[in-house]
Amino acid sequence: MNEEPLLSVQGLEKHFPVTKGLLKRQVGAVRAVDGISFDVMKGETLGLVGESGCGKTTTGRLITRLIEPTGGTIVFEGNDISHMSQGRLRPLRRDVQMIFQDPYSSLNPRHTVGAIVGAPFRIQGIKTEQGTKKAVQEILELVGLNPEHYNRYPHEFSGGQRQRIGIARTLALKPKLIIADEPVSALDVSIQAQVVNLLEDLQSELDLTYVVIAHDLSVVRHISDRVAVMYLGKIVEIADRKGLYEAPMHPYTNALLSAVPIPDPKRRKERDRIRLQGDVPSPLNPPPACRFHTRCWKAQDICRQVEPPLLTLAPGHQAACHFPENAPSGSAAAAPQEPAAAPAD
Amino acid sequence: MTAPMDVTGGDTQATPAVVEGAGGQAIQGRSLGQIAWMRLKRDKVALAGGLIVIFLILVAVFAPVIAGAFGQDPTQFNSDLIDSSTMAPKTGTGISADHLFGIEPVNGRDIFSRVVYGARISLLIAFLATLLSVVIGTLLGVTAGYFGGLVDSIISKAMDVFLAFPILVFAIALAGIVPDTAFGLTGDTLRVSLLVFIIGFFNWPYIGRIIRGQTLSLREREFVDAARSLGARGPYIIFRELLPNLVAPILIYSTLLIPTNVLFEAALSFLGVGVRPPTPTWGGMLSDAVRFYTIPHFMFFPGMAIFITVLAFNLFGDGLRDALDPKAR
Repeated sequence: MNEEPLLSVQGLEKHFPVTKGLLKRQVGAVRAVDGISFDVMKGETLGLVGESGCGKTTTGRLITRLIEPTGGTIVFEGNDISHMSQGRLRPLRRDVQMIFQDPYSSLNPRHTVGAIVGAPFRIQGIKTEQGTKKAVQEILELVGLNPEHYNRYPHEFSGGQRQRIGIARTLALKPKLIIADEPVSALDVSIQAQVVNLLEDLQSELDLTYVVIAHDLSVVRHISDRVAVMYLGKIVEIADRKGLYEAPMHPYTNALLSAVPIPDPKRRKERDRIRLQGDVPSPLNPPPACRFHTRCWKAQDICRQVEPPLLTLAPGHQAACHFPENAPSGSAAAAPQEPAAAPAD
Repeated sequence: MTAPMDVTGGDTQATPAVVEGAGGQAIQGRSLGQIAWMRLKRDKVALAGGLIVIFLILVAVFAPVIAGAFGQDPTQFNSDLIDSSTMAPKTGTGISADHLFGIEPVNGRDIFSRVVYGARISLLIAFLATLLSVVIGTLLGVTAGYFGGLVDSIISKAMDVFLAFPILVFAIALAGIVPDTAFGLTGDTLRVSLLVFIIGFFNWPYIGRIIRGQTLSLREREFVDAARSLGARGPYIIFRELLPNLVAPILIYSTLLIPTNVLFEAALSFLGVGVRPPTPTWGGMLSDAVRFYTIPHFMFFPGMAIFITVLAFNLFGDGLRDALDPKAR
């Protein structure tokens, strides 16, 4: 892990102002993303999970600069793109592309498949050797669509096929980083596997790096090398897949994992299901210190007073909790400053 | 209108890919426009309206040919057919093989050719005024909707101001004070341009509001984000991504605005501020006919012309709306 990360996010913040009255006086802010940091290495897949409203999608839209960050930095290939003007950003946009959640609203119903997948060439002003049509048909074939569907309209396709069209558009400019915002959550379960496998095949074929945003833990487990768990605009735990799923440290991660359905009824009975009490607090007025303390069964006074930092508790495994579970010995109450020696399991 | 809908062209449904191109034959997609046309073809009432609209346009374009076929000129006096004591046509209406709709009282002009020529002025003003409203309304509406914020506030306030404007009073005043020669134009050209400006310029906020509302909802769709994440600029998104999706409301609103403008032009001509005599207009003929209410055929034919035109456009517009936007009813 000594190489430069492809994408490096430091202390990223996005606050949406809440205004009131005629003069648009700001009365507060929705802290959708409130200081998150992570690195993405070339060729890896980072999964970003969390429940609805925790800021996953906002994070994705910040990285693609569809929205302007309030604070923090986004560094892509050594370029700080966090406040770069849209004009200077244009050439860089080829390298960072986004797959959208809803295959029904992400394709313009008035454009043919050829126009949709060819749009990146037109917008970026790229000439291809054998013409745009040939290039588009090659990409369609790559994502498993019939190149003869070039002249068809999106309404003539099923959800899974439409998502493939969206992926084809994303791939048109041969990006280095792809942000996939819930790429399969709008699809039938039977189609989800196809699309996830397609994403994996494309990754090895085209040397892609993914940031996959999802709320489905099994999808994330299948596709990710590393996983970051978000809660109310913060990353509470980030680890490689094995460490996170087999030895989760943060209580919130534990609760999430215990909610994954187990298809075997016998094994299901053996498991203790952690049921979280209450709702997610409003990001308009998040709880002080540890944001999870209102719903955490381990919460003590320190959780309400001191915000737990995101610490490395095992190699490649960071968690922000005063009382982490599955942690190597002696890592209680904000103690461990040294990078823990023993592996998590 | 009850157009059966086995083909759903809505943008949120996914009709599973139809006919697979067997044996390597080319697969041709059906655009939403083609689907709408199929739906429109099944709506007989709308089709009838559309045919009448086409007929009226042809009448207006070929007015000299049609009137000429009967050897008539719309401004030619036929005093020999007028009873000089009552000023009425000698045979009561003057209807004959030469004068299909009869002749006017007093000067005996041929009503048929005047109605045919009247279609020119009526449709020309209605079409151009609608075009003006639609162009201004669409551009400002989509700009307000897409950019939002201060731009939206200014344009929306401007719409409110225009909607509050007493357009009829303004039209009468303006048409009254403009001299016979102004802006380098004279005669009918000046009057037509003036009416197009008055009718068109004050009607744009209606379509502007509709387009703004549609744009507000379209803007949130992910394909706009997709274009932005590819580096597309504002004009590209407005003209390439948004406008194609606004064609349906623009077309529908245009066909429904035309009859309104026909009526408005007729009203202005009736009030004497339209195109000046002797150029024939339907509203002007009605205005003349009011003095001769004992000679009903004088009023009947221009009145029917207005009625049929407005009805045909409205039926066609309704059918078009059902065909283009089957969910909005």
